[in-house]
Amino acid sequence: MSSQVATGLQVRRSVELTIDGEKFTALEGSTLLDACRTSGKEIPTLCYGDTITPKNACRVCMVELEGSRILVPSCSRKVEPGMVVHTDNDRTRHSRKLVLELLGSSVDLSLTKNVARWNENYGAEPTRFGPPSYRDGNRDQAVTGHHHKPDGSSAETVHQAVKIDNPLYIRDYSKCIMCYQCVDACGEQWQNTFAITTAGRGFDTRISTEFAVDLTDSACVYCGNCIQVCPTGALMFTSEYEMRGDGTWNESEQTQTDTICPYCGVGCALTLHVQDNTIVKVSSPSDHSVTHGNLCIKGRFGFQHVQNRTE
Amino acid sequence: MDLKISSANASPDERSAVDDLLGADQETSQGGERNQDGHRVSRGGELLRNMRHLLLPTLHAVNDRIGWISRGAINYIAQRLDIAPADIYGVATFYALFDTNERPARQVHVCIDLVCRAKGVFTEDSLPVGSIPSPCLGVCERAPAVLVIQTGVTPRHEILAPAIPQDIADLVTGKSVASEQPVSAAVPQSPDESLVLLSRIGRVDPLSIDEYIATNGYVALRRAFEIGASQVIAEVTASGLVGRGGAAFPTGRKWAAVAGQPVTTRYLICNADESEPGTFKDRVVMEGDPFALVESMTIAAFATGCQHGWIYIRGEYPRAFKHLANAVKTARARDLLGENILGTGFSFDITIFRGAGAYICGEETAIFNSIEGYRGEPRNKPPFPVEVGLFGKPTLVNNVETLVNVLPIITNTGEKYASWGTQGSKGIKIFCISGAVKKPGVYEVTFGVTLRELINLAGGMTDGSSLQAVLLGGAAGGFVGPEDLDLELTLEAARTAGTTLGSGVVFVLDQNVDLVDQLQRIAAFFRDESCGQCVPCRVGTVRQQEALARLASGSRNGDLQLLRDLGQVMRDASICGLGQTAHNAIDSALTRLKVFS
Ligand SMILES: Cc1cc2nc3c(=O)[nH]c(=O)nc-3n(C[C@H](O)[C@H](O)[C@H](O)COP(=O)(O)O)c2cc1C
Ligand code: SF4
Ligand code: SF4
Ligand code: SF4
Ligand code: FES
Repeated sequence: MSSQVATGLQVRRSVELTIDGEKFTALEGSTLLDACRTSGKEIPTLCYGDTITPKNACRVCMVELEGSRILVPSCSRKVEPGMVVHTDNDRTRHSRKLVLELLGSSVDLSLTKNVARWNENYGAEPTRFGPPSYRDGNRDQAVTGHHHKPDGSSAETVHQAVKIDNPLYIRDYSKCIMCYQCVDACGEQWQNTFAITTAGRGFDTRISTEFAVDLTDSACVYCGNCIQVCPTGALMFTSEYEMRGDGTWNESEQTQTDTICPYCGVGCALTLHVQDNTIVKVSSPSDHSVTHGNLCIKGRFGFQHVQNRTE
Repeated sequence: MDLKISSANASPDERSAVDDLLGADQETSQGGERNQDGHRVSRGGELLRNMRHLLLPTLHAVNDRIGWISRGAINYIAQRLDIAPADIYGVATFYALFDTNERPARQVHVCIDLVCRAKGVFTEDSLPVGSIPSPCLGVCERAPAVLVIQTGVTPRHEILAPAIPQDIADLVTGKSVASEQPVSAAVPQSPDESLVLLSRIGRVDPLSIDEYIATNGYVALRRAFEIGASQVIAEVTASGLVGRGGAAFPTGRKWAAVAGQPVTTRYLICNADESEPGTFKDRVVMEGDPFALVESMTIAAFATGCQHGWIYIRGEYPRAFKHLANAVKTARARDLLGENILGTGFSFDITIFRGAGAYICGEETAIFNSIEGYRGEPRNKPPFPVEVGLFGKPTLVNNVETLVNVLPIITNTGEKYASWGTQGSKGIKIFCISGAVKKPGVYEVTFGVTLRELINLAGGMTDGSSLQAVLLGGAAGGFVGPEDLDLELTLEAARTAGTTLGSGVVFVLDQNVDLVDQLQRIAAFFRDESCGQCVPCRVGTVRQQEALARLASGSRNGDLQLLRDLGQVMRDASICGLGQTAHNAIDSALTRLKVFS
């Protein structure tokens, strides 16, 4: 039953599993999410990104695996021969609905892709926990193991003021779902700078520099690789932030042009986002075999000289 | 690593706290001496990268000396251990015993958790000025309890229990603590030679290895060496012993799985984090019979082929820590630990590792991260600890009580041990009885006694009190009512009755205890202790607490349904047992005790 496929130098076996009553094959070492997606099932994901090993923390991608007491995160669970998986039954729908409600009630998801559609699909009503509270608690000063006792009249949120402490990008952690991708991009998985971390515990966990100092006092080297992986708009180019504030940001008017960074011999791939003949931000193709979406400060932010126009 | 360090410098005190632990500054650290050209030299590389497991002990050293963790201290630790300051900050802010804000040198932690608050003396809203509210301190038999930490060059950690408000006011202003009652006070059955697990308590000096040996100490280890590793596992399997840490996993099966791993570097961890509210049995065992734990760990390591063991003990257990440290040191001096134990060629040693205020670090994979110097977040399973555990090696994790049961199994044979107890629950069990009984404490019984019998063993209900409910298994367990008094306290009977024994908590609530307040505290506990990694638990525990607050104030518009919905997603989709059980006790109160209906 198992055939073999050569991928590069590795020989990967294929395994057979049952998804929603139908038999499928998937490559050994791939995840249930891969298998579900290739077999045409739509599974929502939030903390899963294409260049970071997922932390499987958001739990929106849970599927039912027969024999497992709890649901399993499809983004991380590897396929095994003979697995019987259900992607869309009452239990998985309940779980996804609640996860969407819990996140939606505590985090500003207005810039997170697909959320509105998923909310509708799963019947999620984030407002059913009560009106959101924007109590301006300073989340950076939260004391671990202690909290402000709620009276139930509102639903606590992760709201805090936007951090604007450098000219290149802003951090709006009211939008942060704690997917850990920026921390992993900054640290272990890509950049090895470790400027940001997960601080605190429980509902008070937050992304932070040491002692919540400004980025300019931290180890940050402004590579912007954290912005690249952020799925929620919590990390954003200042240019985008300001245009959004002015009401001039318009993605439908933008073009995306791939080019090569002119600065050094590495030659990273850049994607220029251009609106009104002006570069408004820079990203990098995450499927690029060398850079995987990562850049340095020059490629990411050094685009002003291109558009120094003498009017 | 290329560290970027801010200009904040460690004070001489902070430096010396770190240096006392790590040794004087070497060339291997980035804070090292300058060479003749005036450059700092760092030749750490591999060596430094292997020091991350010293992070938590180093943070403890600073916290114990100064009382809190400053920017300068973090910078200095960063240079000594080659870890980025932000990374250290993330770890330091994970643990409740540490603070990154300036604190006084004396900290008075007052337990406001289930058993203590039921005494009606302290709640978070009625704390004497200058004291810090604390989750369960594991001294429930003497509720209400206080932990005093006096930081300095010779830090002191002391428990005061029971405490009255005047005591706390005195402690905050610097008064010292009267010496603690003897361990035997927590074991009303003691002294009783016929007990199996608690027989030494009240009879034998827990600090004396000679007295330990004179009362059958190290008989089991010698026997284990005689019969050999695989026979030890066979005996443990035959005994039917299951884990006493809460999950009741068959111990023999776990041992065999570790022993069968192809990787031969293997580790043993004794889980002594004991932070489940209402649980204090492991504390009493470690305080009263520490050599028994050291001996049983040595047997476990011998049977499964582990080279090193850790006792992960919660940071709030000063006396247990002291007694264990003495036991490890003395055993080592007697060739009962370390290289070539008793001339058998088998080598094994133990490190005692202090937690720092995090219930979640009792979860077996969170312990790995905590020991390795990371935030104590549980890991994804699979892979399971027996395959990939501490430092990526096969690891055996067992609870304190599980381990000490191995001694009677080896001395009596597994078959004999299996003849004690019931069909589905073999052997001996220690229960932690607290609340409205005349003689609260730990009780050793053979499996099979009923709840009523156990309460009677503890002297019955206190005078004038009537039974309102019993919490079995702690905050992650469930309530039962007066009609359940004849419940047999076995795994199978508990399961059939839809409840759990969990970690052996039997907390007796009389008619005066405010059950709604207890439920709100349980919700607050899980909220505080959630590691924050996954959404169902991180946000779900807050929404659960908010819904309970509404119910407590009388409104109930859809909130019961909301609670059920939250319970289901936490149980179905949380990463670890904390989130998965965070609704259990509340659910049992709603369904069994009909609170709010
Ligand atoms: C949140 C949480 C806290 C836990 N705390 C403890 C603990 O303090 N002590 C313990 O032995 N087990 C604790 N456990 C259970 C452990 O994960 C593990 O099952 C146990 O240590 C295994 O040992 P055993 O088989 O000897 O019981 C905890 C589990 C969870 C989910
Ligand atoms: S810009 Fe780069 S260095 Fe700075 S926080 Fe983001 S990932 Fe880290
Ligand atoms: S800031 Fe963005 S990338 Fe970082 S954890 Fe939050 S949502 Fe994820
Ligand atoms: S269930 Fe709670 S404690 Fe466990 S991993 Fe998730 S957030 Fe952390
Ligand atoms: S996408 Fe799988 S847990 Fe977040």
